[in-house]
Amino acid sequence: MARATLAEAARATRAGPIAAGGLARRRAVIAFLFCLPLVLLVAALVVYPAFYSLHLATLNKSMTRFVGLANFAFLFKRETFWMVVEQSVIFAVSAVIFKALIGFVLAHVIHALPARGQRAWRGLLLVPWVIPPAMSTLVWWWMYEPSYSALNWLLVGIGFAPVPWLGDPYWARFSVILVNVWYGAPFFMIMYLAALKSVPAELYEAAEIDGANAWQKLVYVTLPMLRNIIAITVLFSLIVTFANFDIVRILTAGGPRDLTHVFATYAFKLGIESNDIPLGACVSLFMFPILAVAAVFILRDVHRRSREIAGVAA
Amino acid sequence: MTKWRWSRRTLLSGASAAAVAAGLGLRPRTARGAGKLSVGFWDHWVPGANDTLTRLCRAWAEKEKVDLTIDYIPSQGNKLLLTIAAEAQARSGHDVLAMFTWLPGSHAERLEPVDDVMKEVLARNGPTNPVVEYLGKPDGHWRAVPATPGSQMKGPATRFDLLKEHAGIDILAMYPPDGPADQEKAKAWTWDALLAAAEKCHKAGYPFGIGLGTTSDSTDTWGSLFHAFGARLVDEKGNIVVRSDATRAALDFAKRLAAFLPADAIAWDDGSNNRWLISGKGALIFNPPSAWAVAKRDAPQVAEKVWHHPAPLGPKGRFGPYLPYYWAIWRFSPNKSAAKSLLLHLSTREAAEQLVAASQGYDIPGYVAFNDFKTWLEEGPPKGTLRHYPPGPDQILSIAAAPAPHKIAEQIYNQATITKMIARIVQGGDTIEKAIAWAESELEGFMRG
Repeated sequence: MARATLAEAARATRAGPIAAGGLARRRAVIAFLFCLPLVLLVAALVVYPAFYSLHLATLNKSMTRFVGLANFAFLFKRETFWMVVEQSVIFAVSAVIFKALIGFVLAHVIHALPARGQRAWRGLLLVPWVIPPAMSTLVWWWMYEPSYSALNWLLVGIGFAPVPWLGDPYWARFSVILVNVWYGAPFFMIMYLAALKSVPAELYEAAEIDGANAWQKLVYVTLPMLRNIIAITVLFSLIVTFANFDIVRILTAGGPRDLTHVFATYAFKLGIESNDIPLGACVSLFMFPILAVAAVFILRDVHRRSREIAGVAA
Repeated sequence: MTKWRWSRRTLLSGASAAAVAAGLGLRPRTARGAGKLSVGFWDHWVPGANDTLTRLCRAWAEKEKVDLTIDYIPSQGNKLLLTIAAEAQARSGHDVLAMFTWLPGSHAERLEPVDDVMKEVLARNGPTNPVVEYLGKPDGHWRAVPATPGSQMKGPATRFDLLKEHAGIDILAMYPPDGPADQEKAKAWTWDALLAAAEKCHKAGYPFGIGLGTTSDSTDTWGSLFHAFGARLVDEKGNIVVRSDATRAALDFAKRLAAFLPADAIAWDDGSNNRWLISGKGALIFNPPSAWAVAKRDAPQVAEKVWHHPAPLGPKGRFGPYLPYYWAIWRFSPNKSAAKSLLLHLSTREAAEQLVAASQGYDIPGYVAFNDFKTWLEEGPPKGTLRHYPPGPDQILSIAAAPAPHKIAEQIYNQATITKMIARIVQGGDTIEKAIAWAESELEGFMRG
């Protein structure tokens, strides 16, 4: 095997730089051809719809006339739109914070378990994440249901007053965030658990020799080692949570009084239900700059951190 | 590709054939190999209702030698709405598609005008009710043909026993099972009487189940209340007229009524009121007979005490919410002639009567002269519960947000501006003036062209 590789290298050296360049080019072409189906798929399902939404956002309500940025200007003047922006930020940021915290704690708890019991717990805790969210949200809806809430039945049974889970604006916001956290925390858990398993045990041993307590080990060993994975999972989750549709749609449809709408549900309300597709497209596009700014900051930090690690390793 | 043309088989009777063909300016001829036609119908929730529609269509296709494909598309999960939006964007899909309420107007530019079909249908069936015309003829042209499946009234579905016991109102005396409405007694069925009854039934533990959510049942009910008080948000010419004494009176009434509704009514959807009635908790809801039909299966002791009857009388009249369905032909359809022929075939009195029977009385065709089918007299238990479900002569049919121009009214309706005004007062603590100011701001936004 080693002999063959050496022979190929020798042949390549003898053939000179032109032949080496040709090989590289050929390999690049082959690699490109392998990637092409995926590139086409992404172009068809992501790039084209994205540009098409941009096009739609510049049309009038009947989609017969180009109006430039007039739809955006119109939205900026609407009280409901700014309410939706505020709610989307509250929904996404609070849900991601809780998902990250719960995922972090769960990952540590699972990591600390004996290897034999870990698999079962890991599987159980992943269940919310593997059930299709539309299905599990329907079950949550049944628990919150305005008139026949299973949770209220329990609360009343133990002597508490029923809670208007979906009827009161604050409870409704709490309810949709809770379901999102329940659904998304296992993703954080599994990512953090994988990262925890890759932290070299020697680092903890060295910290222990230096007299570090559990908290110090967490702050000075675990967190720095997990920083990249935390940043990337937070970014991915932020993107997915900002674009969430099913949970809010099934539980509240944006109510009461539009006080739980997020970008996607409000875009659907305007674009599909009220048949104002250009305005709906505008609302959905508004997510893009917010997420782009978040992505730039997080990915820049990840890149810097990777370079630091590479520098230390060198 | 062989294009389909009108054939004499299309026409219902030999005697009318020549007149109809001449009227439509089409040359009747025998169809052979008359092309393909793809149809997307609304998937009826009543078991077996689709079969009758399929049978009617197949009989037509066989006569006309058309290769017919039928899809039934449910409205649950907005599947029909999404299909319509997707086909409108793609300019491809079914030749004929079911549409409801505002959709023929929304897609007017993309739909084949059906004035020629409607001219013949109206000559044969008589006029449609005003809601059907307002929604189906948004720009002076008929954009879709009124469909029987799905068209419905949303008047009260009342527990007559509870209303009599707790509020002293004898609905059966006003709307008897074996005869027409007693107009004198029915004059006592007013919105004020409903408010007083709501208070009494609430005290007795059987609150009325009227939602304050953003779905169509809530919008239709409160929209008919607004009409009964003479309150309009936007007039026919597109002027914002929400700031009026009539609106103030309607909102004040709504605020008083909301005090006796279930505490969580603000979170209700279109299924909540059905469940409320079926559970036996409520004395009245505004709904088509679907809640009663489910109760027949799941809670027969409730179903046998449910009565369907007209909405209460207000200062401006007795307004009954009516929601029509349509069949529309896309402009991109390659076989418009066949599509028109099919819709003509489905718009006969005979077809409508079969479809109403198949829906167990749920469907109400949009033609005034079709309100006398025997199905509504026979359905039960209790026998006669649907006798007063079709609109009677004392009712003015309404759709919330009318008479605003179509594109504005559609926004008012779908964004539930009326119920949100009420919710802002009831839950948000707004004054009536503040709620009206908020509505004015929303309406200005809806004026966007």
